[in-house]
Amino acid sequence: MSRRNFIKATAVSIALAAAGFASLPAIAADTIKVGILHSLSGTMAISETALKETALMAIEEINAKGGVLGKKLEPVVVDPASNWPLFAEKARQLLTQDKVAVTFGCWTSVSRKSVNPVFKELNGLLFYPVQYEGEELEKNVFYTGAAPNQQAIPAVEYLMSKDGGSAKRWVLLGTDYVYPRTTNKILRAFLKSKGIAEADIMEEYTPFGHSDYQTIIAKIKKFAGEGKKTAVVSTINGDSNVPFYKELGNAGLKATDVPVVAFSVGEEELRGVDTKPLVGHLAAWNYFQSIKNPENDKFIKQYRDWAKKQKLPKAESVVTNDPMEATYIGIHMWKQAVEKAKSTDVDKVIAAMGGQTFKAPSGFTIKMDEKNHHLHRAVFIGEVKGDGQFNVVWKTKGPVKAQPWSPFIAGNDKKKDEPEGK
Amino acid sequence: MIPRIFLLLMLLLGCAAQAAPNPVLVRQLAVEESDDKIAAIRKIALTAEPEALALLQQLADGSLKDDKGEEITLNNRVRRELEGALAVLKLIDPDVNVRYKAVKEVATNVDAAMAPMLAKARDRESDPKIRALLVEIHALATLKDEDPKIRLAAAKGLASSADPNTKAVLKAQSEPANETEVEVRRAAFQSYLAVKDRLTLAENIGRVFSGLSLGSILLLAALGLAITYGVMGVINMAHGELLMIGAYATYAMQGLFRSYFPNQVDWYLLAAVPVAFFAAAAVGVLLERTVIRWLYGRALETLLATWGLSLMLIQAARVIFGAQNVEVANPVWMSGGIEILPSIVLPLNRIVIVGFALFVLMLVWVLMNKTRLGMFVRAVTQNRAMAGCVGVPTGRIDTVAFALGAGIAGLGGVALSQIANVGPDMGQGYIVDSFMVVVLGGVGQLAGAVWAALGLGIVTKFIESWAGAVIAKIVVLVFIIMFIQKRPQGLFALKGRFVES
Repeated sequence: MSRRNFIKATAVSIALAAAGFASLPAIAADTIKVGILHSLSGTMAISETALKETALMAIEEINAKGGVLGKKLEPVVVDPASNWPLFAEKARQLLTQDKVAVTFGCWTSVSRKSVNPVFKELNGLLFYPVQYEGEELEKNVFYTGAAPNQQAIPAVEYLMSKDGGSAKRWVLLGTDYVYPRTTNKILRAFLKSKGIAEADIMEEYTPFGHSDYQTIIAKIKKFAGEGKKTAVVSTINGDSNVPFYKELGNAGLKATDVPVVAFSVGEEELRGVDTKPLVGHLAAWNYFQSIKNPENDKFIKQYRDWAKKQKLPKAESVVTNDPMEATYIGIHMWKQAVEKAKSTDVDKVIAAMGGQTFKAPSGFTIKMDEKNHHLHRAVFIGEVKGDGQFNVVWKTKGPVKAQPWSPFIAGNDKKKDEPEGK
Repeated sequence: MIPRIFLLLMLLLGCAAQAAPNPVLVRQLAVEESDDKIAAIRKIALTAEPEALALLQQLADGSLKDDKGEEITLNNRVRRELEGALAVLKLIDPDVNVRYKAVKEVATNVDAAMAPMLAKARDRESDPKIRALLVEIHALATLKDEDPKIRLAAAKGLASSADPNTKAVLKAQSEPANETEVEVRRAAFQSYLAVKDRLTLAENIGRVFSGLSLGSILLLAALGLAITYGVMGVINMAHGELLMIGAYATYAMQGLFRSYFPNQVDWYLLAAVPVAFFAAAAVGVLLERTVIRWLYGRALETLLATWGLSLMLIQAARVIFGAQNVEVANPVWMSGGIEILPSIVLPLNRIVIVGFALFVLMLVWVLMNKTRLGMFVRAVTQNRAMAGCVGVPTGRIDTVAFALGAGIAGLGGVALSQIANVGPDMGQGYIVDSFMVVVLGGVGQLAGAVWAALGLGIVTKFIESWAGAVIAKIVVLVFIIMFIQKRPQGLFALKGRFVES
C-alpha cells in the first residue's frame, strides 16, 4: 500500500514539476481510470454484457456532469471470457498495468472468488453488482447485489405463504458451482427450520452451459406428483437458462402447478425466450424494470437512449434489470465516496463509502451499510408476464439490512459483521 | 371449491343467471388483495353467462383494463382459481377440444362434493375420450364417500388411471389411518400398484425417448465427422465450428424471413436446411482447398492446423454476429409437446429432430452406398493409388467428400439451433462428443456412429436420471476410455486389407 502510494505520489510530483513543458504525464493525471471486468463472450456473456454497457453509460453520465474531483473518468474494458482463472489475470492487469482506481465487475461467485486474492494483494477496489451466497466479507470489495436474506430467503417464504401457493415440497436446482451449492445449503437449513422433512427436498445440479434439461424436468414432474404442492428454486446461471425455460414450456409444466422461482434470471436472460408458456413463474430481485417511479423511468430512458446511440444489437427492445441497477448504484456511490474522501486512494474511499446513500431506480433511497460493505435493499418478487417483463406480486415494506453471514449456517453467529483488517 | 360446484350444478340444470357482469364487477377485480380478487372471480363466475366467460377470459389473457386503463394483474393463486372457474364454464362448450382441455383442468383439483355433478357431466358427454376422463375424475371424487361400497367401486375404478396425483391419493387410501374397511384398503392398494406400474412404464418410455433425442443430436453432430475423420482420416478440430456455421445460417434465414416474408416466418426452418448445408459445405471446400489438402497423411499437423482454423472461425463469427448468443426461435409447429400419458409429454421440437436425424442418415447412406460419388469416395479412401490408376479424380473426390462432411455438420447445426444456444463458441461443446461417438463406433463406419450415438444418448440419460448430469458426464467419459483401452478399433471394425494403414 505504502509502495503504491509512493509511486502515485512520485507520479503526481513529477507531473506537477513537468507540467510546464511535458504533456504526457499531464494527460495521465487528467483522468481517473475505471476498470470494467465483465465476460463479453462465453456462457456468461448473456448476463454480463449489459453490465458493461450500464457501467459505460454511468461513466459517460458522470463525465457529462464534469467528472469526479474535476477529472474525467476513463473506462478500461477487458473481457475475461467466462474463464475463471482469466478473471484473476485480467484483474491483475487492470490493477498493475492500467492502474485503475476502482473496478466494476464479475457476475458468478466463482469469478469473484478468483479475483478476491488479487484485489487483496494489490489493495484494489472491486464493486460486485450481483446477488450472491454471502459467506464472505472482503475489505476490498463492496457488494451492491443481494445477500441471501435479501433475495433467497424471502422468495422461499413467499412460496410457503398462502398467496405463493403454500409449497410443501422443494426442488433446489442449480448450476454446479459455489453460489448454487452454498445458497442451497442455506435454503436447506432454512427449510428444515420450517419443519420441511429431508424427503421433501430434492437437490439437482448441472454443469455450466448444460443444454439438455429433459431428464431434470421429468424428475421434477415425478417429484411433484407425490401429492404435496411442489415449488422449484432455480439457481441456474448463464445461458443454460434459455434451454431450461424452453424445455419447461414445451413440457407443459405450468406455474399454477409447479412454480419455479429463479435467482439469476431477469429481464435480460428472458429476452431470448418465448415467455408465453412461462407466465407465472417467478424471480426474486431488488429491482424490476416494471417498477413505476420517476427515477426508474429516467434510468430506463437513459439506457434505451444509450443502446440506440451505441447501436447495440436489438437496441429497440433493450431491457434493464437488477444487476444493471446495482452497477449503476455502485458507480454513483463510488463517485460520492471519492468526493467525500477528496481522493481516489483505496483506503480513503473505503472509509468514505459507509453510510453513502443514493436515490435508486428501485424507488428507495438505498444506503451502504456503515460497516458490512453491503447495501440495505428492498426485496421484490415478480411473476413472468407474456411480454418478458415481471409483475411484482410481493415486496418488503422498505430496505432490508444484508446478512452476509447467514444465520442458517452453523458457526456464523460468531462472525463479525465487518471485514477483517478494516 | 363450493362456488364451482354450484356453478356446475347450474350449468347442468340449464339454470338462467341473474345479472350480466358490469363495470362494478370489473372494479371489484381491480383490487389489491388476492382474497378480494378471488371472491370477485367467484361472484362473476356464478352469473354463468357468456359475458362472464368473456370477462374472465379477458382477465386470464391479461387484456382486462381497470378504470385507469391499467392492466389488472394476477398472481399464481388467483390464476389457479380463475383457470378452475373458466374450466368449469367451458365444460359445456360445444367444441370438443375446449371441453377436453376443461376436463383436464378440472382434474387437477377434484373435490368430494363435486361427485354428483361430475356424474351428470359424465352421462351427458358424448366424446369417449372425455367421458373416460370424467369417469376417472368421478371415481377420484367419490373415493372419500361415506358409503364403503362406493369407496370400493371408486378404488377399483381408479386402476386405469395414469395420473401421478391419483397414485398419491390411492397410496394414502390404502393406509389404515385413512381407511377403515379392509376391503377398500386392499382394492386401493391393488389400484395403486397398477397405477404405479403404468407410471414406471411411462417414466421409462420418457427416459428412452430423451435418450433417443440426445442420441439423435449426437448423431447429427457426429455424422459429418464420421465422413471426414472416419472415412477420410482427417482429424478436423474445426468440425464444431461447421456446426456453428449451420446454426448461424439458420439464424440468418430467420432474420431474412422476419424482414421479407413475415407471414411465412414459421417455415424459415425448411429454407434454412439447404442454406445451412451449402454454407457449411462452402466453408468446408475453402478449408480443404487452402489448408487440409496439403496435410493429408500428417495427422498431427492436420490437428494443429484445423484447431487454428476453428479459432479463426470462432473469431469471425464474433466479428460478424457479435460475441453474445443470438436468439433462434422454435417455429410454432415445433413448440409445445404431445401428451402420451398425463405424466409424460414429448416435446415436439425433439420429435422433429429425431425425424430429421433419420432423414439425414438416410441421405448420407444413399449418397455413400448408392451413388457413383459415394463409390468414388469409398474407393479413394480404401486405396488411393489404385483408384487414381483406374481414373478416379482423387483430388476432386477429396474435396467433395470433405464438403459433404462439412455440409452434414451444417445440417446438425440447424437441429442444434432449435434446442441449444447459438453463439460463436457453441461448437466447442460438441467437438468432444462428436469424436467420442466416432471413436466409439469405430473409425470408418457409418453404422458404428449410429449405434454409438444412440447407445451413448440412452446410457447418459439413464445414468443422469439417478446420478445427475455432472456424474453422468464423468461416468460416460471413464467408460469410453476403458472401452477404447479394451477395443481400440471401436464397436465396429472395418474388415479387409488396406494399403495405407
